[in-house]
Formats: sequence, structure tokens, C-alpha cells
Amino acid sequence: MALMRQTVEKSVQKIFFLIAMASITTLFLIMVFLFREGLPIFKTVSVKEFVFGHYWYPTSEPPDFGIFPLIIASLSVTVVSAVISIPLGVMTAVYLAEIASKKVSEIAKPVVELLAALPSVVIGFFGMVLVAPFLQKVFNIPTGLNLFNAALMLAFMSIPTICSISEDAIHSVPVALKEASIALGATHLETIVRVILPASISGISTAVILGLSRAIGETMVVLMVAGGAAMLPESIFDPVRPMPASIASEMAEAPVGGEHYYALFATGVVLFLFTLIFNVIADHIAYKYKQTGEASL
Amino acid sequence: MDKPLKITSKNLNFFYGDFQALHDISLDFYECQVTALIGPSGCGKSTFLRCLNRMNDLIPGTRVEGEIMIDDQAICASSLDVVMLRRRVGMVFQKPNPFPKSIYDNVAYGLIVNGIKDKAYVAQRVEESIKQAALWDEVKDRLHESALGLSGGQQQRLCIARALAIKPEVVLMDEPASALDPLATQKIEELIHNLKELYTIIIVTHNMQQAARVSDITAFFYIGKLIETGDTDTIFTRPKLKQTEDYITGRFG
Repeated sequence: MALMRQTVEKSVQKIFFLIAMASITTLFLIMVFLFREGLPIFKTVSVKEFVFGHYWYPTSEPPDFGIFPLIIASLSVTVVSAVISIPLGVMTAVYLAEIASKKVSEIAKPVVELLAALPSVVIGFFGMVLVAPFLQKVFNIPTGLNLFNAALMLAFMSIPTICSISEDAIHSVPVALKEASIALGATHLETIVRVILPASISGISTAVILGLSRAIGETMVVLMVAGGAAMLPESIFDPVRPMPASIASEMAEAPVGGEHYYALFATGVVLFLFTLIFNVIADHIAYKYKQTGEASL
Repeated sequence: MDKPLKITSKNLNFFYGDFQALHDISLDFYECQVTALIGPSGCGKSTFLRCLNRMNDLIPGTRVEGEIMIDDQAICASSLDVVMLRRRVGMVFQKPNPFPKSIYDNVAYGLIVNGIKDKAYVAQRVEESIKQAALWDEVKDRLHESALGLSGGQQQRLCIARALAIKPEVVLMDEPASALDPLATQKIEELIHNLKELYTIIIVTHNMQQAARVSDITAFFYIGKLIETGDTDTIFTRPKLKQTEDYITGRFG
């Protein structure tokens, strides 16, 4: 019996090890593939020309492979969407965790989380059909498919993530800290600003970065509503072409093994590095501001 | 009693939803004296303590009937400015709960939320309060380090300093030493003894010896009722009721 138990135990361990290895290996192979298909472009253009080149004309003769406008497009869309989504997401979280009655937050939180389940193509569709004409009319601009529209739609996609994870972080601040503050004559608002938010800043930062990394990698929405012009934007109402949109729209027409094909994969490498940096920052912040919270004895 | 009256509770009833946690509590507290509230767990002594600074307001569905007066001011009315009340009635909790901030910022917190902007005054009050809490010599060289690096006993004295910084008139202590070792407990008790010259102190404790050591008056609670109250010496040597005697001598509870 004992021998059999040990055998079972050992094989279970091995099976789990193999399963874990399978996912990790697959991820690793995808990365290898990404780099293998992307790096050859640097035989034609230098890294500097590729990253900082201002012109993206991959199909003209001779072609230009400068993805600087695409990088700027991705970053500016992300920054503008962050400006919208961070305050909205965090304040909603504060409301749900601290101010709303239990009944309201029990209904509202799942609803906010459900927003995250909206397929991005639906959000893109909404931006295209409703928001774009609205922006065009209100601001009297040539096209409603632009940086601002994309940022707005991405903000709606990040808010559920930011709100939900921030709410968990705020909710997990020990009641003892809140009571200590209230007992010292602090108002509820002072307690939120001076005790609860600082104590949950690590979780909120993680929430923000995760929300934003979703925004920077998002493809369908920017493909549909960003306007698609590969040029440096001069205002937030200019159309832009973020990296994921460029890759998705051009991949089908780029001949396999051609320069354009390699250039698109190299764009994917740049995008991958961006999201990687985002995640590393998130981990770092979460670790750095990690609080033991309650007093340990 | 030779000391002036500070707090009067008259026919106080308290409810958590439908559950009545306190029945008809009438109890007086005197200035510059230590009153100990004793009784088995769940007898309502902490609930009563938290009525005195309206901390129960944080729990939804609670309700108070009856009256508590502090210096002729009724404090149970819903129109009362609870922030002002809590500035007059400080509180120390069972588990040390310093903010995850520096030692200095912990003590300065109460002053800052009370709108004091004079930095020199804040610094002076921080020093005075930490000295008053008998912690100064241990922390004076590391005021700007995290309070979470202190030992449990030090953290609790820091919490006392934090409560004293805003010059309360009354200090409520909810089992302030129950999470501490005997040595730290002894320090807290000495501290209470010194502080009673300046403050009205009300302490909830499970520790009979502690109640006997630190308090002038003892009130015995049992299942939401005030059973007996009187001079600590009398309560511990010649209690009027058998129930009190049984609890004090450890025959139940």
C-alpha cells in the first residue's frame, strides 16, 4: 500500500511538472519565433532607423521602415487613455470599497467586472458607429476616428481591471487602521486620503499597470477607431496608427519572408518589449510598496 | 467620590440589528480616575466603551437608546459632531495598530487631521506625547523610521502617544495589553498609573489582576448588563453579589 501511495504521489508530481513545462515551453517558443522572424529586418535597416525613422511606407519603392510614428501612436493613445481611466477606475474603486452601501457595491462590482467581458470588437464597433460621428460633430474635426476616440475606448476597457483590482486592494486594508484614524478625529475623507489609499498604493499601482498593459497591447479597438494614419499626431484629434493595428492590418498582405513581413514581426518585438517593461514595473512597484499592513507582534 | 464627574451614562441600551447587546446601563466616570470594565467575553464591555466615542457608528445597523453625557454634553444625538467628540475622547485598541508610516508621522497624524499647520508646535507635541507614553528614549534616534519596526509593546505605547497628542480629556483603552508579553504589559500599566493624573481613563480588561492593579473603580458586566460597580478595593475584597465574587475568583467566565 505504502509503495503504491508513493508511486502515485510521484507520478502526480511528474504530470504536473510536465503540464507546467508545456505551457512555459510554448510561451518560450512563441518568443523565439517572434525574434527569429523579426530580427532579419535589421539586415536592411539599422535598429536606430527602424525605431526612430519617421516614415512607414513598407510597400513603396524603395520602402521606408520607420516605426517611430507607430510607437508614438501606441504611447500617446495609452497615455491619454491612462489620464481618463486611472482617476475614473480608482475613484470608482474607492466609492465601491468605502462609500457605497454593502447592497450597492454587491451589485455594482460584478457589473463593473462584467464590463471587462465585453469583446473588444464590440467596444470598437461602439466607438466607430456612435462615438466617432459624435466627436466629429461636436469638435468640428475632419474625422472622428482618431487618437482621442481610441484612447476613450481603451479607457473603457482598462477601467474594469483598474477598478476591480484596486477595490480588492482598498478592501484589504485592515479595519484596525481605519478605526485608528477615525478614533483620532479624522473624517472619513481624511481617512481615505491619508491612511487607506497610502496603505493600498501597491495594489492600486499593480491595477493601473495591468489595466494599461491591456490598453497598450489591444489591437481590435485601435484598428477600428484610431484612424490608421502612420504619421506623428499633432493634436489628440489626429488619426494615428498604433503598433498592434499596423501589424494586424498589414500582415495579410505582407509576403512571407519579405522585408515587410520581417518589419511587422520586428514591430511585434518592440510591442512585446513595451508590455514586458510594463509588467516588470508593475512587479517592481508591487514589491517595493508592499506593506505588512497590520502591526505584527 | 471626591473627584468631579466626567461622564454619565443613563439607561443605555444598545442594539446590533435586533440583538440587544447592552441593557439599561447607568454608570458614572470621574475625572482623573481609572475605571476598569471587567466581565467575560461578549458581555458588552467593549461595545459600551465604543459608545463613549461613537465608534459603533462605523458598524451598520446599530442603534442606541438612552443617554450619555460628557461634561453636560449629550453625545448620543445623531446631530452630534462626532469628529469633535473623538478629539475629546481618545482610544487605544486591543491590537497595536500603528499606521504604516514613520513613528513621527504616526503621532503627528491626529494633529494634522485636526488642522494644525504650525510645524514647530507639531514637533513639540510629538516629542511631549512620546515622552508622556514613556517611549522617547527608545525611539528618539529613529523617529523617521517605520513604526512597524517597533516591538509589539513599543507599538502599543506609540498608539497611546498618538492618542495623547491631540490632548484628549478621556482615554478609552480596549484591552490595551492583552496582545503583549508580561514585561510590556507592566510598562503599559505603569503608564496608565502616570496618565491618570491628567486624563479620565476607562479600560476594558480580561485580566483580573490588571483591573485590581490599575483601576480606582471597577464595573462588572455580564451578558449586556451592569451587575455591580464600586471602588476597586471593595469589588475585589467584599463584592456585594455572589455573581461578581464568582467571576473575580475565577469560578466562572
